[in-house]
Amino acid sequence: MKFPCFGCHKAESCNGCHAKCGGVDSKPQKILLVGNPNVGKSAVFSRLTGVHAISSNFPGTTISFTQGNLRHEGQNYVLIDVPGTYTLNPTNEAEEVAKRIIMGDSDIVVIVLDAGALERNLYLALQVLELGGKTIVALNMVDEARHKGIEINIKALEEALGVPVVPTVAIAGRGIKELVSRLKEAKKSHIKPQSDEDRWKTIGNIIMKVQKAHHRHHTAKDRLEDITINPFWGALVGVAVIAASFFAIRRIGEGIINYILDPFFSSFVLPLLESISKSMNQEGIIHSLLLGSLINGSLDFEQSFGLFTTGIYVPIVMVLPYIVAFYTVLSLLEDSGYLPRLAVLFDSLMHRVGLHGFAIVPNLLGLGCNVPGVLATRVLESPRERFIASTLISIAIPCTSLQAMIFGALGGFGGKYVAIVYGSLAVTWIILGRILNILLPGYSPELIIEIPPYRLPSLRGIGLKLWFRVKGFLFEAIPLVMFGVLLVNLLYISGAMNLISNFLAPFFNTVLGLPASTAGPIILGLLRKDVAVGMLLPLNLTSQEMVISVVMLSMTFPCIATFIVLFKELGFKKMMLSLSIMLVTAILSGATLRLLFLLA
Amino acid sequence: MSAKLHLLKNGQKAKIVSLPPGLCGRRIEALGLRPGKIIEKVSGMPFRGPITISLDGRQIAIGHGMSERIIIKPLDKGEKL
Repeated sequence: MKFPCFGCHKAESCNGCHAKCGGVDSKPQKILLVGNPNVGKSAVFSRLTGVHAISSNFPGTTISFTQGNLRHEGQNYVLIDVPGTYTLNPTNEAEEVAKRIIMGDSDIVVIVLDAGALERNLYLALQVLELGGKTIVALNMVDEARHKGIEINIKALEEALGVPVVPTVAIAGRGIKELVSRLKEAKKSHIKPQSDEDRWKTIGNIIMKVQKAHHRHHTAKDRLEDITINPFWGALVGVAVIAASFFAIRRIGEGIINYILDPFFSSFVLPLLESISKSMNQEGIIHSLLLGSLINGSLDFEQSFGLFTTGIYVPIVMVLPYIVAFYTVLSLLEDSGYLPRLAVLFDSLMHRVGLHGFAIVPNLLGLGCNVPGVLATRVLESPRERFIASTLISIAIPCTSLQAMIFGALGGFGGKYVAIVYGSLAVTWIILGRILNILLPGYSPELIIEIPPYRLPSLRGIGLKLWFRVKGFLFEAIPLVMFGVLLVNLLYISGAMNLISNFLAPFFNTVLGLPASTAGPIILGLLRKDVAVGMLLPLNLTSQEMVISVVMLSMTFPCIATFIVLFKELGFKKMMLSLSIMLVTAILSGATLRLLFLLA
Repeated sequence: MSAKLHLLKNGQKAKIVSLPPGLCGRRIEALGLRPGKIIEKVSGMPFRGPITISLDGRQIAIGHGMSERIIIKPLDKGEKL
């Protein structure tokens, strides 16, 4: 492929106009950022390119590569943020991705090292240097290492590795300029391929030459780190952190709805829509598509179900505030470094369902949106674990959109009913996990994870990450919700919805005790769960019917986005298996709930 | 005298003697935990939960089953590291 010259935009190597455009080399160079998990590759990447890559304080945040551009002294670079790996002999899917990229072609490799754990980091570094490509080293987190009493002789390290070494503190942006200006000094190392044993010997020699460690006393941070990993205090802190998180999410979400968005919509948007409705004589197909039907003689954001009433109100007013709230809290947990501690606390429980402690991370991410949750299962080691985790997430982990609607639909009946829904999902998660663990062949690998030191999350980091995720919701979810609302109306108007309902009526009536009208919404959960719950609102269901419908909706077919990602991650066969499990689980749970309600 | 990692007491130091073979050992080694290294046990979770150790100033949590397969030599107090 020919790249256009950035001076003259010609796709050929522009010998003729080099004089005019200042000697621009037309071909961008490909740079790989490689290193162990959680050494700050994504932070370096963001600083270099201005493209935001999600970085968190736990190993395995980057599970697929991110790409960005950089221009320096007339040279264009394409940067690739490679998932973290400890070795070029991969032990999980994310490391497999990393290996493929590193072994592929590139012009320059930037190895990012954690100055505080140099010895361990050098293993991958040597493996990469032995490949013989042009390389430069960013010695990151030198500030943290210094606090721990570790001093590294940069000159000596450069000599030992045979490539330039630049000290950096990527989170604060320090050393990045020097790194950029020295990119062109990247060169081949003198280090030759060697056996595993020899490599560790080489590392031992390098460490002796370049690193000095001073003894240092325990600090308050060390004590906090020890306490949160202690069986008793750690569990207590864990419970407190989880409770505080849920409380904060509800308060922030409700706050935004009650004090900002809902007042705005009722006092500005509603009158506008009302007057448009009047000008259309409050009737006609266009009216019902755009604004929906009148509830008690006027438009209702939650129940009218028009494109510009419910179609906008649900994603922006009912769901978005909780998305903001959830991701604010999650980002704090991610960046502080608390999540790996949670993995240690939950390890025993997770083993019961065929997973290990770190699977708590994909499950937590799933509470925001099932898509990143399923993607994050890539950090788990075996296909078996990935299948169990993906299936559990898509069945029993309600995403924020769904949760917001669960509160919206059932909050009015009382907190008890919300609790029944959450309880059913939790019980299903555990029972289904147990069953899968017993039935599926194979065993689950053990947890082994580095526990990062606590770090104070930076406002900039949290803000960027929040914006990144909210933007994802705005651009992906809102169009889909509006499309869903439109589709639902068309299905009703064309009479197709009646056909579906009548066809499924006997089953819904006898097994689940639900009116036929709930069949449509539950089927349409396939598109987006929040739209589907929105469809239940105008049906005047009793509290028990609503609980059963919502539980069914949460468990059956994943929304279309999750569906696609399940297919990509699991493949057709396993996805079909997962979907069958889903259908059976949902029907059994619905029927069981009905039975319990009848008995109670 | 050698023992297994999960048997260490909190705060006790030990030298790693050997790792389990295969992929399991590779995952451990990748984190810098190799024969000859000195570690200190920080804590252990109940119900066969993970063992947390400290290695070169970094904490690593290791699943219980895995820790049973790591052979160590406990160091008595006062022994030179």
